[in-house]
Amino acid sequence: MIDLFQRAIFEENLALSFFLGICTFLAVSKRVDTAVGLGLALIVVQTITIPVNHLILVLLLNKGAWAWAGLPDMDLTFLKLISFIGVIAAMVQILEMVLDRFVPVLHRSLGIFLPLITVNCAILGASLFMAERQYNLEESMVYGLGSGIGWALAIAAFAAIRERLRYSDIPAGLQGLGIAFIATGFMSMGFSAFVGVRLP
Amino acid sequence: MSGGNMKTFLTQLLDNNPITLQILGICSALAVTTSLGTALTMSAALTVVLMMSNGTISLIRNHLPSSIRLIVQITIIASLVIVADQILLAFAFEMSQRLSIFVGLIVTNCLVLGRAEGFAMRNPIWPSLLDGLANGLGYSAVLIVVGTIRELLGTGMLLGRTILPTVETGGWFEPLGLMLLAPSAFFIIGLLIWAIRTLRPAQIEEPEFRIRTTDVSRTS
Repeated sequence: MIDLFQRAIFEENLALSFFLGICTFLAVSKRVDTAVGLGLALIVVQTITIPVNHLILVLLLNKGAWAWAGLPDMDLTFLKLISFIGVIAAMVQILEMVLDRFVPVLHRSLGIFLPLITVNCAILGASLFMAERQYNLEESMVYGLGSGIGWALAIAAFAAIRERLRYSDIPAGLQGLGIAFIATGFMSMGFSAFVGVRLP
Repeated sequence: MSGGNMKTFLTQLLDNNPITLQILGICSALAVTTSLGTALTMSAALTVVLMMSNGTISLIRNHLPSSIRLIVQITIIASLVIVADQILLAFAFEMSQRLSIFVGLIVTNCLVLGRAEGFAMRNPIWPSLLDGLANGLGYSAVLIVVGTIRELLGTGMLLGRTILPTVETGGWFEPLGLMLLAPSAFFIIGLLIWAIRTLRPAQIEEPEFRIRTTDVSRTS
């Protein structure tokens, strides 16, 4: 379990080794505080949606899931894309309403990021990985939390680098987007140093 | 095809390229470019999905209440992607295993939703189809360039055929292992952006801070 957790954060970092959520990663990393806010929102959504998607996959979509209704051969796994994205959108909406009702302070600081998360490929990607690698319920909880933390860590660190980058003298054509890509490349090299690390 | 349409078509390819200028759809662009074959398959899948979704959404744009338009768009895109995914599974199973989850991720590719929301919702069907094709080809062009560089320098092969004979097989070319790893994709796209912006200086972003270079000797 710890091994899976560690791997989800560092070795298989969603942003830096699978390029998931890179659009948001580049667009919302101009300041550290917004990056941290988005990272936190993503950890929360990820930890909730992946186990929920796992339950939906096992209880409704997998082959044999409808055996109790007399349909042992029904295989609905081709519907997983559309149901996962539905779950993600619904979860984000529910989370927004719950936060608004019970923790308005947190809602005000995270509020604008929550809708962005619906179309963030990191969440759908992690859910699809969960389905492809056939994690069980516990593993998918750990994987959700770990991959969320990994993504948040990457965007927070990248925003910190980018705040410094503003003051540096960059060739005109690389200004902005170009240098952001190259800096991400170096970060990705840094994270790939964790490949093969095994915790006892 | 009228002249105006043709012009929008061409500007999308280079001047307004979805990846290097609009920062849309980067996730999949980086992940599937370890070889030219996967890049080509992904480009074809995305271009078809993008055209179909633009066309469909443009057809029903006048009947869509704006409050539920996003969810309708996502549902249409997701259905199209499921079809593309199933076709790949049926006719090119190995390729679909190599692309793993990335065909499915076309659903959340910001390019498809971005064009649906930004163009197809306001334009009739023919320009929308063309816009889909142009953006799809712009995306494909970047993918193919990156895929070619990574496969050629990483393995010395293109589409499985040997172009540069490697040292292991008695040739002269030492493959660059880095090209097959994640960081190289970032570097190549970064450098590609630099190249395009050198050709098209209008795309250069303004720096947020300028370094002041005053002459010290004069101030004293």
